[in-house]
Amino acid sequence: MMGNRGDWRVLARNQERVLFAVFVTALAVGTSGCGSEGITVVSWGGSYEAAARKALFEPFTAETGIAVHVESYNGGLAQIRAQVETGNVHWDVVDLEFADAVKGCDEGLLELIDIDELPPAPDGTPARDDYFEGTYSECGGGMVYYSTAYAYNRESFPGERPSTIEDFFDLAKFPGRRGMRRVPLVNLEMALMADGVPTEEVYAVLSTSEGVDRAFRKLDTIKAEVVWWEAGAQPPQMLADQEVVMSTAYNGRIFNAQVLEGQPFTIVWDGQLLDYGQAAIVAGTPRLEAAKQFLMFASRVESIAEIGRYIAYSPTRRSGMSLISTHAETGVEMRPHMPSAPENLTRALRNDAVWWTNHAEELTERFSAWLAR
Amino acid sequence: MADTGTETHVEFRGVSKTYDGRTMVVRDLDLSVRKGEFFTLLGPSGSGKTTCLMMLAGFEVPTAGEISIDGRPVQNIPPRKRGIGVVFQNYALFPHMTVRRNLAFPLEVRGVPADQQSERIQRVLEIVRLEGFEGRRPSELSGGQQQRVAIARALVFEPNLVLMDEPLGALDRRLREEMQFEIRRIQQDLGVTVVYVTHDQQEAMSMSSRVAVFHHGRVQQVAEPEVLYEEPEREFVAGFIGDNNIFRGRITSVGRGICEVETPDGIVKAFPVGECRPGQDAVLAIRPERVGLAKPGLFSNEFEARVDGILFIGDHLRLRLNLCGNSDFIVKIPNIVGHGALLTGDRVSVGWAVTDCRALPLDGLEESPEAELGA
Amino acid sequence: MARPLSGARLRAAALTLPLLAFVAVTFMAPLGSMLVRSFYEPHVADALPQTLESLRAWDGSSVPDENTFRILATELRLLDQQRKLGGVATRINRLEGGMRSAIMDTARALRDAEPDSWREAMTAADPAWGTEEAWRAVRRAGERYTMRHYLNALDLDRDPSGNIVAQSPERRIYLPLLLRTLGVSLAITVICLILGYPVAYLIANASPGRSNLLLLLVLVPFWTSLLVRTTSWIVLLQNQGVVNDLLVAVGVIGDDGRLALVYNMVGTLVAMTQVLLPFMILPLYAVMRSISPTYLRAASSLGATFPQGFVRVYWPQSLPGVAAGSLLVFILSIGYYITPALVGGRTGQLISNMIAYHMQESLNWGLAAALGVILLVTVMSLYLVYNRLVGIERMRLS
Repeated sequence: MMGNRGDWRVLARNQERVLFAVFVTALAVGTSGCGSEGITVVSWGGSYEAAARKALFEPFTAETGIAVHVESYNGGLAQIRAQVETGNVHWDVVDLEFADAVKGCDEGLLELIDIDELPPAPDGTPARDDYFEGTYSECGGGMVYYSTAYAYNRESFPGERPSTIEDFFDLAKFPGRRGMRRVPLVNLEMALMADGVPTEEVYAVLSTSEGVDRAFRKLDTIKAEVVWWEAGAQPPQMLADQEVVMSTAYNGRIFNAQVLEGQPFTIVWDGQLLDYGQAAIVAGTPRLEAAKQFLMFASRVESIAEIGRYIAYSPTRRSGMSLISTHAETGVEMRPHMPSAPENLTRALRNDAVWWTNHAEELTERFSAWLAR
Repeated sequence: MADTGTETHVEFRGVSKTYDGRTMVVRDLDLSVRKGEFFTLLGPSGSGKTTCLMMLAGFEVPTAGEISIDGRPVQNIPPRKRGIGVVFQNYALFPHMTVRRNLAFPLEVRGVPADQQSERIQRVLEIVRLEGFEGRRPSELSGGQQQRVAIARALVFEPNLVLMDEPLGALDRRLREEMQFEIRRIQQDLGVTVVYVTHDQQEAMSMSSRVAVFHHGRVQQVAEPEVLYEEPEREFVAGFIGDNNIFRGRITSVGRGICEVETPDGIVKAFPVGECRPGQDAVLAIRPERVGLAKPGLFSNEFEARVDGILFIGDHLRLRLNLCGNSDFIVKIPNIVGHGALLTGDRVSVGWAVTDCRALPLDGLEESPEAELGA
Repeated sequence: MARPLSGARLRAAALTLPLLAFVAVTFMAPLGSMLVRSFYEPHVADALPQTLESLRAWDGSSVPDENTFRILATELRLLDQQRKLGGVATRINRLEGGMRSAIMDTARALRDAEPDSWREAMTAADPAWGTEEAWRAVRRAGERYTMRHYLNALDLDRDPSGNIVAQSPERRIYLPLLLRTLGVSLAITVICLILGYPVAYLIANASPGRSNLLLLLVLVPFWTSLLVRTTSWIVLLQNQGVVNDLLVAVGVIGDDGRLALVYNMVGTLVAMTQVLLPFMILPLYAVMRSISPTYLRAASSLGATFPQGFVRVYWPQSLPGVAAGSLLVFILSIGYYITPALVGGRTGQLISNMIAYHMQESLNWGLAAALGVILLVTVMSLYLVYNRLVGIERMRLS
């Protein structure tokens, strides 16, 4: 017995040593993981991320030698909030929807960036004047315009084809299933436009409870035929499978399906909702300098315009408009595919990010209740 | 009802059973059980006796041969229509039902009216002496009581054939003896035919009208208990039933009712059973209590031997001798005056009557269980 | 018996400490914090202490005095400098839509201002400050202890005079969803039982070799990633999926009459049943294996047909397994959220999807916590009722 106990003590001492060694090793590995070279940039996956990779990440690394690790997410502030609040920030730069950028900036989740710090236009115009109005926040500037419009598969409509936002809500004229994103955003605005509300009054109408009722009533008319999507890659797939005859979609994804895959899709620009994304730095990142370097690189007019050579998203800076050229791989002229092309803007609504920060929560609950019925 | 006659109740004819097509569990079995008989299938575990019972109950199908009850083949009759009461090894009382509901079960599924049900339940509970236990669940009963309920349940729908599969195996010794009497009493009172399976030869001897001894899937001998004891016909039976001194020798001559067998200690005179010819090897069997210590001239078989061990039992002594090539030759002698003086190492003279020593043919090698089907 | 603990026993007890600590840290603490969050919301109270103090005397019938405006403006400016205003604004906005931008715009407008009338300056920045509703929202958001998450989670609301009233029908969401969740869980439990019982019976009564094989067939999907299984159901059930293709090929349905089998309640039921089936089969199997086949033999020897023997003898004895499996499946399905999120579409969502939404997207953790507490209480009351009916001591897992 005594011998055993003695052995135990020796063993215990050894165990302590082993544990200590393991602990130290873990610490070393952990810190080395944190201190590894490069920054983590979070994007949206799919063809947009692929475009950003070619237009931004690779040129940035080539220029600065700073590696870019890319992660994908589906939007929202939850992960950023978790990282900031636990003090364990491993995302450095995130490509955000503008409403989230505003909200995250207000809540201190993003680093403040003075607009005057951002690179000026090639002709020397300061960034403040070069950005389109309302496309920058206190935490940085917008990158590209994108649009949610609806598209259809030409094979589904051998005869008359839809051409207006009213057609999307007209089951009698164009029967068949529709794809829509499972959020109130965009859908409520489109419903009101289809119901005859002029674009400039949409948000005013939506601010009243009667207006919200009216939007939901309009959605009720097609509810039974709607297939709800969540990821941006779904609509082109559903259209290709003819799971739906038309679907709202991000215009860039449809463009890529048209140009790269030769899909017989047509975008109906009437009633499109323009929105823009913004890259921002997560507050408290230990790699602030490198992240800032990236942000400055990504905010250059040339960089923003370069994205437009891979996907049909147009610059949020005035000086970028003249840089829109052709698709990098197919040589297709990009201008007519851009949501901001004048012929596509006959009836277009700009998403009001601030309005949505006020009403998103309430309307999402209402929308969920409506969906579940 | 108690017509313990000669009428055949159950008959096995050429019945064989194999599960895997190679190993024969029961081989070419012929048996006939008479009406009102207490018939026991006795044998060590794996000898095929339970399989026979299960085939009779209808839970197993014979591979070959035919079983008939009251002269009618039962092959195509499902168990529930055979009208046989079965007492299972672990009773198989339904644990979620009270005693009453266990007993009512066979009556309910037969559609017996409710008033008759309670009457019959009452009667059968009287028979097994368990009045007043109707409301208990099996788990609230002792082993013996559970046993009685199992018997009652097998009797309550008044079958005239009851099968019992090692029903006393789970009971302690004292209870087992008590239940042996009970079962026998009930069987005699009701006059039902009982086919009973056990591996306990004492149980078989004390309860049965007739016993079939099983070994390696074959019946070795079917006989009344006394006959099995006194006149075993096979080496296995001689060794399995009661104590026996068994040893080997070579037959030198055969006469009427007597033969001479050569053993290492000399010629033994014995009663020949079955085919005995001079020159054959034979097995000799002599019961320990039939061997006496005696003065010379009293027995026709007389030998001298050294006492290797003495065991004091109480009412008798067991002596271990080295005799006739058998180093473990047992002699049982009554504990009477004079025998107390025996000591290990003493040389004694022992002897026995010719008729008490049976010369049996050797059990053949064809008894191996791996014999092929239909060979 | 009551000997003092010896050193050895103390050491043995100490060995359980890691587990206790683990349970405390990973289970009790989050549960407790969830409970607390559902009624305790200190953020606004901590952020605007002086404003709330000043509003205490306010009668609510007209807009507060200039002093209160000044105090609020001061506190808003301070929060703006500390970049803490967004969270406060979000919380007040939950009580009165539009307050978020009212607060943010006001703070920006007042950044370097020193106006004569704070009231005028703030009302100019956002007219909401001229309404009692805005101030009432500030005061209510400042309640440290609040029932509003529970009211919200029960589809109740307060009218302007503070009475509890039911939400308007088109805004009711949580109670119908809770009822649907219970209904779906019950349906899944019943389907699992109907499908799982024969399988468990087969496994329990097969020869050892075959029963091992069958058990493996039950367990292999159990070991497969939940996501893989759920997405393969999408492949099978979607409009152009295997099942529909097969039905069209056989001619049961026409090509234009393809069935909607996924992204609806059917999808949720099918996928969750498949995911949860092992939780039914395994307890059933464990109990059935302990039921000797002799009972069924005994029943048939007593004259019962197989159905009679099964219903009256086997089924009652298998009830402990039925009880255990049903409880397991029911409780698991009440809390399921990945599968309905992936295949539930519009109509196949459950209450846990709403909880996840408030945890991950709206970040209204108080409401998520209240929903969680209500779900927990519901499950526990159902469990008590179930215990009364079935008796938990009769339930066995093996």
